[in-house]
Amino acid sequence: MFTSVDDVTARLADTGYLASPAVATTVFLAAKLGKPLLVEGPAGVGKTELAKAVAAISDARLIRLQCYEGVDESRALYEWNHAKQLLRITAGRDETWDRTRTDIFSEEFLLSRPLLTAIRGDDAKVLLIDEMDKADVEVEGLLLEVLSDFQVTVPELGTIEATRRPFVVLTSNASRELSEALRRRCLFLHIGFPEEELERRIVALKVPELDTVLAESLVRVVGALRAMDLRKVPSVAETVDWARTLLALGADRLDEEVVRASLGVVLKHQEDVQTAAAKLDLDAV
Amino acid sequence: MSTADRVTSLVRALRAHGVRIGTGESVDAARAVAALGLDNREHVREGLAAALLHDQGQRAVFDPVFDLYFPRTVGAPERPTGPADRDDLRARLAEALAANDRAALDALAAEAVDGFGGYDGGSGFSSQQALDRLRPQTLLAQIMAGIRAGGGGSGAFTDRIEADEIRRRIEEFRTRVRDEARRRVAEVRDRDEVARRMPVQTPDRTLFLYAGKDQLAELRRTVHPLARKLATRLAARRRRASRGRIDLRRTLRGSLSTGGVPMNPVLRRKRPARPELVLLCDVSGSVAGFANFTMLLVQALHDQFSKIRVFAFVNRMDEVTDLIADGAADPEGLSGRITAEATLTGWHGSSDYGTALGEFVERYGAAVGPRTSVFVLGDARNNQQDPNLPALRRIVRTARRTYWLNPESRAQWDTGDSAAGVYGDVVEMYECRNARQLSALVGRLLPV
Repeated sequence: MFTSVDDVTARLADTGYLASPAVATTVFLAAKLGKPLLVEGPAGVGKTELAKAVAAISDARLIRLQCYEGVDESRALYEWNHAKQLLRITAGRDETWDRTRTDIFSEEFLLSRPLLTAIRGDDAKVLLIDEMDKADVEVEGLLLEVLSDFQVTVPELGTIEATRRPFVVLTSNASRELSEALRRRCLFLHIGFPEEELERRIVALKVPELDTVLAESLVRVVGALRAMDLRKVPSVAETVDWARTLLALGADRLDEEVVRASLGVVLKHQEDVQTAAAKLDLDAV
Repeated sequence: MSTADRVTSLVRALRAHGVRIGTGESVDAARAVAALGLDNREHVREGLAAALLHDQGQRAVFDPVFDLYFPRTVGAPERPTGPADRDDLRARLAEALAANDRAALDALAAEAVDGFGGYDGGSGFSSQQALDRLRPQTLLAQIMAGIRAGGGGSGAFTDRIEADEIRRRIEEFRTRVRDEARRRVAEVRDRDEVARRMPVQTPDRTLFLYAGKDQLAELRRTVHPLARKLATRLAARRRRASRGRIDLRRTLRGSLSTGGVPMNPVLRRKRPARPELVLLCDVSGSVAGFANFTMLLVQALHDQFSKIRVFAFVNRMDEVTDLIADGAADPEGLSGRITAEATLTGWHGSSDYGTALGEFVERYGAAVGPRTSVFVLGDARNNQQDPNLPALRRIVRTARRTYWLNPESRAQWDTGDSAAGVYGDVVEMYECRNARQLSALVGRLLPV
């Protein structure tokens, strides 16, 4: 899939995803070793984006399983199409029971959900299991078979094995501790806040119209905010939002006035805004 | 040393520091190194971390161990140092810090250790000694002045955060020096031995009783995710518990109409009661950090309980529930406010559990009922006073459950003036020395 780590970096950059060495290395290894990739980190640092970018560069179909509390087998794996099965039974009234029975549990009546879809077929696929920590613990058990052997067992049909392994990305905000068994099957990647230099490049890429000097001081202020003891520190997504806001405001330099007016774009709690204002000494002027 | 050997030694060292790594992961690590090659050290580092680690907290252990087994260079730094010139080095360091030139900082750290850190005729290296001679923290003013004189900085506003940035870089440089010294030591001594002895600190293992100010701040930052994790766990447990058990009496009565065959099982419906919690915290000097941290955790878990009441004591007991509720925005001043606004001490300033427990039973006895869980937090060091067991027994009798969390190591219980054993006979006492233990205990002990 990829020839080297630098190859991954370059091709990800082509799609507009600037990867740190850690990200590029792990993506390369996940493809090379054929292991799922578990990505953790705060919200808004580009975990989901990574899966999309990998799908884009490897020309693969992106299959997404969005987890939530209560997601279950029939949402994640497969389901029998009961309505169609009933129709089939009523349509063939004269048949023997044996025929009907074997018939209605065949491929035709199987509704394939994300995990099964990702296993079947010969085309290249990226399976994104998003916000794994939101799902109940039971779902993890369900995933284990898929992630270690890339197969799904349907009792009526037998085991369906992948002919071509999908590239699997799991994301988590760590709001729940994932099980050791699941972690063991994955390569682990933590995407934190980017280095100053990388974040500057991200801003430059996403908001190219913004003045470079302004972008630089913007990234520095965001860095200072992250060093504070806030309830929710700004993420990359918020840095980009802020850059867009400054562009819209037509600000040409970052001063107290501008920061005070637009601090709400990066900080989402009133107490955080107050803390930051006090620390940055905004009210002193 | 072959690569396979390096990987297995690395794994062994990590295991010695409590990172759980299975054979499968070691094999993955070796495959990762094979796939990546050894050309780029950062790639090898990230690849091994991806294969071996399971959460970000373990990075604090992994990085220094990795540096030992996959060192950046071998031997003394390339630059011929000769008799090291302290002022010259400081000048170059100031320059590199101002420019945030990572490569230069790495080289300077190596030079500093080589020039100033050596002792024992070259077989030992001390980062402390090197840092004492170099004193990088005193460079701040000089660097700031240099930047201002050079007209750097893009305006008054960003200059304000400049100082903080430089301070952070200096701190990073100190870490670099420490890593470098360790690497040089490992070269002359037994690498495995150095790796095993290396002190590592992850925030959730910081001992409450010895945590410094910075570490407490770090711990506070771990409280929020921790509280969220516990909250989901409690919610799941509560959901499971509310499915209920079979109500035998009503099932049997319903079965009368079917001749005694229980056709419809009746489930006992649980009253949707959220548990109540009472905390008794020893906030005397020795355990203040611990109590403070626990109170924060409980504050964060607030919506999991219908009622929380927090009491603090040194030798007098006073209710501080309101102070804690008000203090949501300012966790830092919490302990200060509690000592300032509550009556916690009587005639003397040292802990007296007996008197405090007695006062609690007398004044606030009504706070404890059959739905209440009581947590006593303290080291049970009673200063040879009367332990007043009847008071504690009364609490245990009225409460649904009572636990005692002790921030001292089990080995120290019952030594000196500790009354841990005496109290431990009356309530279940648990050792709770760091955030990891605390979260495990709270998750296990908190009522459904």
